[in-house]
Parts: sequence; C-alpha cells; structure tokens
Amino acid sequence: MTAAAELMDYDEVIERFDPVLGLEVHVELSTSTKMFCGCPVVFGAEPNTQVCPTCLGLPGALPVVNAKGIEAAIRIGLALNCEIAEWCRFARKNYFYPDMPKNFQTSQYDEPIAFNGWLDVELEDGTVVRVDIERAHMEEDTGKSLHVGGSTGRIHGAEHSLLDYNRAGVPLIEIVTKPITGTGARAPEVARAYVTALRDLLRALEVSDVRMDQGSVRCDANVSLMAKDATEFGTRTETKNVNSLRSVERAVRFEMTRQAAVLAEGGTIRLETRHFDESTGSTSSGRPKETSEDYRYFPEPDLVPIAPSREWVEELRKTLPEMPAARRKRIQVEWNLTDLELRDLLNVGAVDVIAATVDAGASPAEARAWWVSHLAQEANTRGVELADLPITPAQVADVIKLVAAGTLTNKLARSVVEGVLAGEGEPVEVVEKRGLKVVSDDSALIVAVDEALAGQPDVLEKIRSGKVAAAGAIVGAVMKATKGQADAKRVRELILERANA
Amino acid sequence: MSELTRMTAAELAAKIQAKEVSAVEVTQAHLDRIADVDPAVHAFLHVSTDSALAQARAVDEDVAAGNQPASPLAGVPLALKDVVTMQGAPTTVGSRMLEGWEPPYDATITTRMLEAGIVILGKTNMDEFAMGSSTENSAYGPTHNPWDLDRIPGGSGGGSSAALASFEAALAIGTDTGGSIRQPGAVTGTVGVKPTYGGVSRYGLVAFSSSLDQAGPCARTVMDAALLHEVIGGHDPLDATSINEPVPPVVQAVREGAIGDLRGVKIGVVKEFSGEGYDPGVMVSFNEAVEQLRVLGAEIVEISCPHFKYALSAYYLIAPSECSSNLARFDAMRYGIRVGDNGERSAEEVMSLTREAGFGAEVKRRIMIGTYALSSGYYDAYYGSAQKVRTLIKRDFDAAYEKVDVLVSPTTPTTAFPIGERADNPMAMYLADLCTIPASMAGHPAMSVPSKLSGIDGLPVGLQIMAPALQETRMYRVAAAYEVARNESDGGPLISRVPELEVAR
Ligand SMILES: [Zn+2]
Repeated sequence: MTAAAELMDYDEVIERFDPVLGLEVHVELSTSTKMFCGCPVVFGAEPNTQVCPTCLGLPGALPVVNAKGIEAAIRIGLALNCEIAEWCRFARKNYFYPDMPKNFQTSQYDEPIAFNGWLDVELEDGTVVRVDIERAHMEEDTGKSLHVGGSTGRIHGAEHSLLDYNRAGVPLIEIVTKPITGTGARAPEVARAYVTALRDLLRALEVSDVRMDQGSVRCDANVSLMAKDATEFGTRTETKNVNSLRSVERAVRFEMTRQAAVLAEGGTIRLETRHFDESTGSTSSGRPKETSEDYRYFPEPDLVPIAPSREWVEELRKTLPEMPAARRKRIQVEWNLTDLELRDLLNVGAVDVIAATVDAGASPAEARAWWVSHLAQEANTRGVELADLPITPAQVADVIKLVAAGTLTNKLARSVVEGVLAGEGEPVEVVEKRGLKVVSDDSALIVAVDEALAGQPDVLEKIRSGKVAAAGAIVGAVMKATKGQADAKRVRELILERANA
Repeated sequence: MSELTRMTAAELAAKIQAKEVSAVEVTQAHLDRIADVDPAVHAFLHVSTDSALAQARAVDEDVAAGNQPASPLAGVPLALKDVVTMQGAPTTVGSRMLEGWEPPYDATITTRMLEAGIVILGKTNMDEFAMGSSTENSAYGPTHNPWDLDRIPGGSGGGSSAALASFEAALAIGTDTGGSIRQPGAVTGTVGVKPTYGGVSRYGLVAFSSSLDQAGPCARTVMDAALLHEVIGGHDPLDATSINEPVPPVVQAVREGAIGDLRGVKIGVVKEFSGEGYDPGVMVSFNEAVEQLRVLGAEIVEISCPHFKYALSAYYLIAPSECSSNLARFDAMRYGIRVGDNGERSAEEVMSLTREAGFGAEVKRRIMIGTYALSSGYYDAYYGSAQKVRTLIKRDFDAAYEKVDVLVSPTTPTTAFPIGERADNPMAMYLADLCTIPASMAGHPAMSVPSKLSGIDGLPVGLQIMAPALQETRMYRVAAAYEVARNESDGGPLISRVPELEVAR
C-alpha cells in the first residue's frame, strides 16, 4: 500500500489553479445482437453462452457490421449536434489482453462516424454550460476477466483468472469531449451534470439501457490543472471506469485536490491512468501512459467502408425524440411547476411516470399527486425506483379516471392501488374483487339515510329548522353504515331531500 | 493405378450419374492412391477416410433414388487446403500453433462443396499460415513435387497441387494471397485459379492477409476448375467483403473457349515480366504459348505496366502488416497449443512462450516486419506508401484493360526448384511470386494453365492469364482455347506426362 495522497484544500485549489476536464464515455448499445455477429446482447447470462466463432475470434471467422449499431451511432451523433461522416472506416486497435479474443479491438481511429458537436448541460442552479464534443465513434466491447484469489479483485496477486466472452463484441459508442475549460470550482459538478445529461439523452434515444451500475455507461475522466498564470494545459491523468454519477463528481474533485498538492510541492503530474475507489473516494495510480502501447492502428480490412447517404441521415434525424432539456422546459410550463417542484420531480425520478400517466388520460395535477405522495412513499418503503413499482402509469390513470367518474372515492382509490401493487390485477378487477364500488344506487342510500335520520331525531329537527350544517352528523352515520362506499356529496343531497320531504 | 484416379472431375461425375461407377468406388480408388503414393509425396496432413466414404455413400443413395445430382461435381473427390475449416478434422494451417485444433464450424466454401456432393478426402499440406512459395515452411515437413520428388511443389498450396499432379484427388481447393494457387499450379503442371477478390467467401479461411486472401479452384483441366469455381463462388452474407453479384458463368465461357476461336480477343503481354531472373526454359515455353494464342486468332499486344516492379516490395509490407494483426489471436488462451503453463507463469509469459514455440521462422519474420511497418512514426513511410503503390498498380491495370481484354505472363519466373535451395534465402523465395502479386494487389482474377515443359529441365511451366475484376469469363475462355490447342500440338495433356510414382506397398 502506498501512503495516502496529500490533498490541498479545495478552496485553495480554485484560488491557485484552473481545472481542465476531458470526459470519455463508453455506452453499450442495447441492440438485440452484437456489433459484428448474430449473438444476442444480454446482461447476466451464464458465462460464455452468448458466443460464436466471430466474437470468440476463432481462426477463419469474420465480422459483419450490425446495421442497427450504425443507425444508433448516427442518431447519437445527431442528438449531440455532430457532423456525420460521409465516408468512414473501422480500424484495428492492436494490443494483447486475454479478454480480447482477437487481440485487436475493432474500433474507429481517425475516421469517426460523428464529430464536432456539443451538448448543453444544466447545473443545479439553472446555469447552462455548453460542452463541446470532439467525436463519437463505434467500437466493440471486450470480454470480462475475473481474477480469483487476490485480495483486490485485480490481477495483481490473483491465483488464476476466469474469462467470460459474453460481452465481447457488444456494440459500444465512445463519446469524447473537447477539453472543458473555465468551469473553476464547479468542474466536478459540470462533470457530473454532463454525464447525467448524456445519460438522459441516451435514454430518450432508446439506444442503451444506460445502467451505470451494470456498466452499460462507463466514464473515464481526464483531469489536469493549469496554474492561474499558465498558458498551456497541465499534464493530465485519466481515471478509468468511474461507474456512478456521484463517483464522477468525487473522482474529479479528488484528482483536483491531489494534483494541486503535488504541483504546490513542486512535483510533476505523471501522465497515467488511475483507478477510482468507491469506498474511499480516492484514486490510485495505474498504468503509466509513457510506456503505453503503440496501438498500430490500420483500417480494418475485413470490413467495407461505411458511407451513410445524406438521405438516410436526414431520415434518422426525423426519428430523434424531443431532447430532455427541451422536454423539461415544456413539462414545466404544461404542468405549471415552479423550478423547485420540477427539480423535486426530477430528483425522485417521477417525470417519466407522470408524463406517461398524463398521456394515458389523467390530469397532470392528479398524476403528480399520486406519484409523488402515495407511490413515492411506497417505492421508498420497498427500496425500488418509482418506475419499478408493480403498477403502470396506465393503471394509475385508470384509478384517477374511476375517481373522476364517481365510481371511487379517494379513500377507496387508495385501496384499489394497494390491490394493484399486491398483484390483484387491473384496477377494475380490484374494485370488483374487493367490493370497493361507491354505492350509487339511491334506493339503498335512501334506506340508510332514513334510518340515520330516524336514529337522530334532534338532528332531523335542526335540519328542518334550516340548520343545514347539522347534516354533517347524518353524513357520518350513513358513511359508516355503507362502510365508506357512498359518495358523500350525494348522501348530503339525499339527507336534505329526505329531511324536508 | 486405378483408371478412376486419372479421369477428370467432369468425367467422374458423369460416370457416377450414369451408374457406370459408384461414388464410393471413386472415393476408395483415391483413398487407395493416397495410401500408395502419399508417403513419398506428403500432400496430405490429414485423410478423412470415414467422412469421405460417408459423403460418397450419400451421393450413391441420391443416384439410386433417381434424384437430380446436387451439382455437376457430385461424388468427385477433392483435397482441401488445411487453411479452410471443416468440422470433424483438424485445421492446422501447417503450423505447430494449431496442432490438433478441430474447428467447431465449417467454412462457407466447405458447406457449399458438401452441399454440392463433393467428397472431401482430407486436408492438404501448406506453408505455415500460407506464408511461402515452396511448402517447405510447413511445420509438418515439406511436400514433394510428383514431377521430381526432390523438388518443391510450389507454395503455399503445394499440398493441393501435388495431390492433383499425383492423382490423389481430382479437384483441390487452394488459397491465394500473392500467388499461392497459381505458382503451385505452374510448377506441377496443373490449373489454378485465383478469383476476383470477394468472388469467393473467405468465411472459414484462417486469415493471412485479409485484403489479399482469396480461395479458388485447383484442377487438372480448365473445365474442372470452372465447375468447381461455380460451386464455391458467389455472395456470402458472413463475409462483409464478399461481392453481392452472381458468379460469372465460367463453365459456359470454357465451352465457348474450347471451340478454339479467339478472333476478336486482344491479349496483352506484360513487358516487365521478362529478362533477368527468368529461366530461358520458362521464356521459350511462354513465347510458344503466346504464339499459339496468336494462331487461335487473338491479337497480341505488348503492354507496359511500369509500376508492377514495385508490387513485390509493397506486397511485403501490406501482407506482413495484416498478418501481424491477424495472427495476434494465437495467444494460448482459447485454442491451439499452450506452452509453459506451469501454474506459476503469467498469461503474458505463457503467451510469449507459446508464440515462440508455435510459430516457425518465416511467420515470425513476417509478424516482425508487419509490426514494425504499422508502428507509429513508420506507418506512413511503410504501410501508407505500400497502399499508394497498390493504387498505382490498379491504375496500370486499368490503363492496360483499356487496350486489351486479358493480360498474359509466365506464372512464375522459374520451374520447380530443388527442396532446400532457397530455404535460407527469403528474398530469392519471394521472387517466385513476382508475376502473380500484381493481380493480387489489384484484387483481379488470374489463373495459371500449363504451357509446354521447359526444354531445359523438362519441368512444367505455367501460363498466367489475368483479367479485370469480375471478368473471369474472359480468362477462362482464353485458357480453354489455349488448353485445347496446346494438348493437340503436344500430343495430349501435360499432366499425362508426369512420371509414374513408386507405390509404397
Ligand atoms: Zn458472436
């Protein structure tokens, strides 16, 4: 173990240095098959079951490009305001690693499919930062190595390693930013906000599962510092595979304070890759970049060049969904939300389910009320995301409609939702099974009203003498008698009617 | 020797369909011949007796049932170069690295041949990973030329050419990267065809140089080659570089050519392929062949292709560069041999030891050259420049084909050289592919047909015929016309003059 790194106080870092960021995000596409063969793309299958001669790199096997992968790459490029190459090629990136079946990665080098774009990123306080995009290119994922017997799970100290090639050949898009400068103290926040915005964008495009916890989005954070009077960027480090939004922010912040301490001592930053430790929030030294391999890129001779026609590109542009930032703005207006209310909805991840509930015919106010009060609590209790509750936006909309039609009271509606969550079926089925229908048959209600009035002659007198407010006591009695299944408004009307009959 | 082994593929198929002979008898005759002469020739690395006989039986059952033949080659025995995958037999590529490796899948051409009822006798010897021009680079020992057992049968497909010339098989499959079908054809007096790049699927061919590799038919007659060409050719969705066009009608072209009329055909003689380094015996045979083409009515024009002289140098940058990447996968992790895995060594160390032990000298030489040529800082000077030369060669061809229909040259500058003669001199070895490399670099089809024996050493000489991309019909037509004329003036096919081999038993 090396000694813990010296860190500089964050405020002092900002006083003395300007941070420069460069973010590389790898996105696994959720195509049904791999990039260069017909094997299914699935998460969590038994090791080495989703493989074929091509993705195992068997002698003689050849790649064929997955057209859906190219389509997704172009759509991502367009959503990131990139230019789309008229002609580009795959290239081989040559290096040896046991989890890479061919010992070269089929990637793109100097001819990316998309380049020169930007993404506007909104910070917590509403500040918008434009992040310039250098390129988005296509490549294939590697397999996975599992190092057994070591204490760290890393290869060092392991007794043996297991290889799983299920992931080998899964389509990846690598999105690389241009250097992000001028963000000062907010650099870690910008890094997080960029990855968040990118994730939302990819989700809206429906091209990836965007599960950072499952590795379908992986971020490498390049960080360097320049002294306030410097004219050139400092030496950067690349922190690999940071796999949560919070970690992106922490990793950037840690590197800033670590590098500042080194530089302040008169030291130099090594060009190297670093590993982020989730438990300590610190980074540790990995492979030095000086001795990094020469990848000997050359155009992939087994694949033909890709020349997407301008017509196709324009067709794909038409398939782009509303961008998340624009959608948020629209929703805020349409749902009549304050900034704070919108942020709360975003924080609990309720926007999509509410929107879907509204789309299914509910009013925004009611949809919001259901999801953020009752259901958010339920999700919290169960420890799941709102969207993962066993009730769909359509079902919530159904319940809201039943209330609006007078079939259910709010109290009964809650019971219906309970039933749906308990797996008792669709809302109408729960209504039937639990016998929750509002008693709307007047004859039954009249019997109950008459009984209640007869039971409280003093109240009856008051009503007859014009003290209408006294009817409340009778309403209570009727509701009790009908086990709450009556519509209180109708009961009140009937009480006044019968009392004065 | 059974007469069955001397017949052409077309004759054998006809006799099987006519029930004059069974496919099993034909296959058994060839298996017997292999048993008799292969100890001396060493064309085969593996003989698939059981599966070959089973395939033959299936053809016989088809014939008995009165079904239409699966193809015009149903029941004909074929020798498969060991670079092509076939389940149920090892694919070693002539390398220690893949000793005993049984592929879990069939190459597309293997599938097509089996579906056509072709009987696959086994896998033939080759220079390791198809790198060489003599088959001496095989990890399993050299193959001997049936014309003179002390000489090389060409390479890398020397096993396939020797199997044909020793009557062990009526057909063979070769692969050609810089001449590995044509040069073995030339030095064994057989026919070898390299189709247009992308004309025949590469799926299941263990890659040497992906932008150059091409499988093709080998046979003893032009018609047999054409028949096999039509079986293996055509689009394959598993090969992204496969051309999505119908197979050129080469069998029809052979029929037209065999009429012996080449009036209206313009044939270019490549000026640069003569002079120093060319055996006088080869040049006499070549010039006689050109004269015969003129007699058949063709117009003969001398054509200069000034950039062809750079082709060999450019080839020895492009092919090694691609091979350095293609052969990176042999790392002892998933298949093939594993050396030095004692439970202590790291994966990197085991990989290193395995590659040290598994690859032969020529393979290592090319991996090193290619690794160097692709290195950052050298890429533009080497790989980049070589690609520019490739473009210039294509332009030379384009200019030539504005003036002529096909080009001709000797296939290789010399006749078969003695085993061992060039083993320690790679540069001399590389010169064997001098005339075949330009068409490979351009992706054009080219073939070798036997011309007359060299008057100096009495060994076979090949005439190379080249054509523009996808214009295989032109070269097959010229080849067929020449074959008929040559056989008439020479008193029969050249292959009938191959010496009798001593029988082992
Ligand atoms: Zn696969």
